[in-house]
Amino acid sequence: MQGDARRDTGLAVILGAVLILGLPLIADTNMLTLLVVYGMLALSLGLIWGFGGILCFGQAAFFGLGAYTFAIAGINIGESTLPLILAVLVPAAAAALLGAFMFYGRLGDVYLAVITLVFSLILFRWLSTTAGPAYVIGNARLGGYNGIPGFPLLNVPGYPRWELWGDPLYYVAAAALLIVFLLVSWLLRSSFGRIAIGIRENEERVSLLGYDIRARKTVLFAIGAGIAGLAGALFAAWAEVVTPSLFGLQQSAEIIIWCIVGGLGTRFGPVLGAAVLTWVKIVLGGQGAIDNMLVMGLILVLFVLFLPRGIAPELARLWGWVTGGTRRPARRRAPRGGTADG
Amino acid sequence: MAETVLETEGLTMRFGGVVAVDGVSLKVRARELRCLIGPNGAGKSTCFKCLCGLLKPTEGRVFLRGEETTGWDPHRIAALGVGIKMQVSSVMDGLSVQENIWMAARRHMDARAATDKAGEVIDRLALGAIARADLGRLAHGERQRVELGLVLAQDPWLVLLDEPAAGMTAEEVARMGDIIREMTRTAAVVVVEHDMQFIRSLASTVTVFHRGRVLVEDHVDRVMADPVVRDVYLGKGA
Amino acid sequence: MDLSVVILIEVLYAIASLILISAGLAVVFGMMKVINLAHGEFMVLGGYTTITAVGLGVNIFVAMLIVAPIVVGLFGLIVERLVFRHLYGRMIDTMLASWGLSLMMIGGFKMIFGNTTTGVAGPIPGFTVGNYQVNGYNLFIIVVSVLLLLAMLALLRGTRFGLIARGTMQRADMAAAMGHSPDRIYMMTFALGSALAGLAGAVLAPLVGLVPTAGAAFIAKAFITVIAGGPVLVAGLASAAGTFGLVNQVFSFLVSPVVGDVALLVTAIVLLRLLPRGITARFFRGRL
Repeated sequence: MQGDARRDTGLAVILGAVLILGLPLIADTNMLTLLVVYGMLALSLGLIWGFGGILCFGQAAFFGLGAYTFAIAGINIGESTLPLILAVLVPAAAAALLGAFMFYGRLGDVYLAVITLVFSLILFRWLSTTAGPAYVIGNARLGGYNGIPGFPLLNVPGYPRWELWGDPLYYVAAAALLIVFLLVSWLLRSSFGRIAIGIRENEERVSLLGYDIRARKTVLFAIGAGIAGLAGALFAAWAEVVTPSLFGLQQSAEIIIWCIVGGLGTRFGPVLGAAVLTWVKIVLGGQGAIDNMLVMGLILVLFVLFLPRGIAPELARLWGWVTGGTRRPARRRAPRGGTADG
Repeated sequence: MAETVLETEGLTMRFGGVVAVDGVSLKVRARELRCLIGPNGAGKSTCFKCLCGLLKPTEGRVFLRGEETTGWDPHRIAALGVGIKMQVSSVMDGLSVQENIWMAARRHMDARAATDKAGEVIDRLALGAIARADLGRLAHGERQRVELGLVLAQDPWLVLLDEPAAGMTAEEVARMGDIIREMTRTAAVVVVEHDMQFIRSLASTVTVFHRGRVLVEDHVDRVMADPVVRDVYLGKGA
Repeated sequence: MDLSVVILIEVLYAIASLILISAGLAVVFGMMKVINLAHGEFMVLGGYTTITAVGLGVNIFVAMLIVAPIVVGLFGLIVERLVFRHLYGRMIDTMLASWGLSLMMIGGFKMIFGNTTTGVAGPIPGFTVGNYQVNGYNLFIIVVSVLLLLAMLALLRGTRFGLIARGTMQRADMAAAMGHSPDRIYMMTFALGSALAGLAGAVLAPLVGLVPTAGAAFIAKAFITVIAGGPVLVAGLASAAGTFGLVNQVFSFLVSPVVGDVALLVTAIVLLRLLPRGITARFFRGRL
């Protein structure tokens, strides 16, 4: 057990380091930063949906909240360290409230999906109308549809002048993703994570074992939102502007597509799905013949129909086949995907 | 006389105009084995659900070890040390036998102790050969046995079982009987059951439900001999 | 006095348009427990069909009331055969696949019609009530939605299909056991729901400029109206649309249209929390 965990961590660190240092040799770091940020966002939904069974159609809400918090707090504070922390805490707190509201009401899957979707739509609609000078938080004007530009970028803690952009931002974001990945792995090995997986499998049974599933789901939901918020802050630092479209339906849809394509119930799958699909989207964006939403939609439909468990479990199987190892085969679960560790 | 661990006072459950449970007062003592029987619709399963918190009784009160638990959520009742098994086998399908049982033990002990406890329960129920298998792949009888393992791993002082022998082979039923009798060394066990063969083999005190009320409460042999009981329930088959 | 007439028409119009937007989704959800997230795009397809047909010289009422429902209904039929029938019983997967379909359709619209606003002129002139101008077309929408509800009631009450449909809504397994192929019922239902979406999109097209992404605005409202309405089809539609339409218009009038929308969404969240199985699960059990 202990040995497994250590080997898993070691493998993740080595593989992560190789990827972080190797990828800039073959790709532009500006694009890689975006892939990393989206990878983290996908991981946040992969955690709560794939392991906690909480299907959130509005994960973009927490991403957007993180980005806006980072921008607004940055303008008011003038540096980025505290805003970065707030960008994790504010979405987490919002999710805790929303989660408590939903889970203590014992709402089913579909209702959860509706409410989270509606939550992000409310933020989207409201922020889109905040164009006037009346809409300010401290010194930050919300700016309506055009959003907020010109906030302090990420800086070295304590040195507001040393702003990070370009290559350094990529390395910081990638390291953050690796750390979040390790924290998520640790969480899933902990008792809390193992019980969360039990709740995904059979909510009623776990509650009959004496666990308060409502509180546990609320906490997990808030953790996922915190990760999404961090991704949002890094996105803001990368894009140098935040707009209401961060909260949009399409953003939420994409996060879900990343998870499905990459593989639910795996840690690596959503990250991989986000990176690959974002890359595909950027490549498609460079040409005019086929609209990229058409392609994204087609990918989602095809995966739901033909490969509902995503690519990660297939890769794991391929890996097992190549190494001839005797790893435990990926577990199969019918509707919501597998629990194989990728 | 052993202490009373489970007591209900005038427990009543109405669904619209239907009175499913009508003023039931029960007392179960520590390490007692008690069967609740009755024809379909007699209210025994509804009563069971009120005991474990899955239904909130319309009237009446439930006490567990002297503490009033009327209207508590199931997880709070379970957390007191009550092991519950519902009629339809309900386990964590995507997880292994070991992981399932570990989860049951983990609530009242730390992770390492829970691992030991899970191993102990697996040995006790002879589940060693399938400990690593996912529940989703097991046969019905094995799943039932794992669910009993979940109950055992909780170290309960009160066990509530809803039709534990349903759909099992004769051999499995016999083993189930042994496990239940063994449970009574540390816990009071309340069994809702249909299968008269099985109840007779348990040889316990029986509470007979009829139309939401308690008809008789006595040792199984005397209950079986009671003409009124034969009339309402056993007349045809037994 | 004049003002209150105008406000009444506005409120009724808001309710009527919610009913129109949601009817197709409600039929599909009620019968099949499938949430079609491409519903908004089905509506947009209805709108584009109308505009194209009018461009080809078809009378606008024929285009709206006949051509659009048929075209979108057929489109729904094809999609059901190709995609959704493989996913029945997997609610979440169906939702996801329909979301994928929705993205595909948006992409397709962009490629065919361009990423610009396309419009069609309203065929009914406005009139005045006292000092206020009323859009005559709003009255037309109200009439259409009332007729639609009546038609749905008649269909469910009076026809063999309605009887089977009611049975399927109650217990799909029992209806199947009595020899009614759920496969065919589902196919018909989905086509009907799509046709209703096409009708709604067509009828609303003169009021909203069509852009490829216009569906998103419809789907959110339709989605919450249907879920909040609950299991009883017609009463659910009417009650949920009534509640949301009223809230929307009151806040639009008192503050601004956007606040009206936000108020609608907030009401939806609160309503779902209080009545998690919808309004009709509580108040209209066993009706239509």
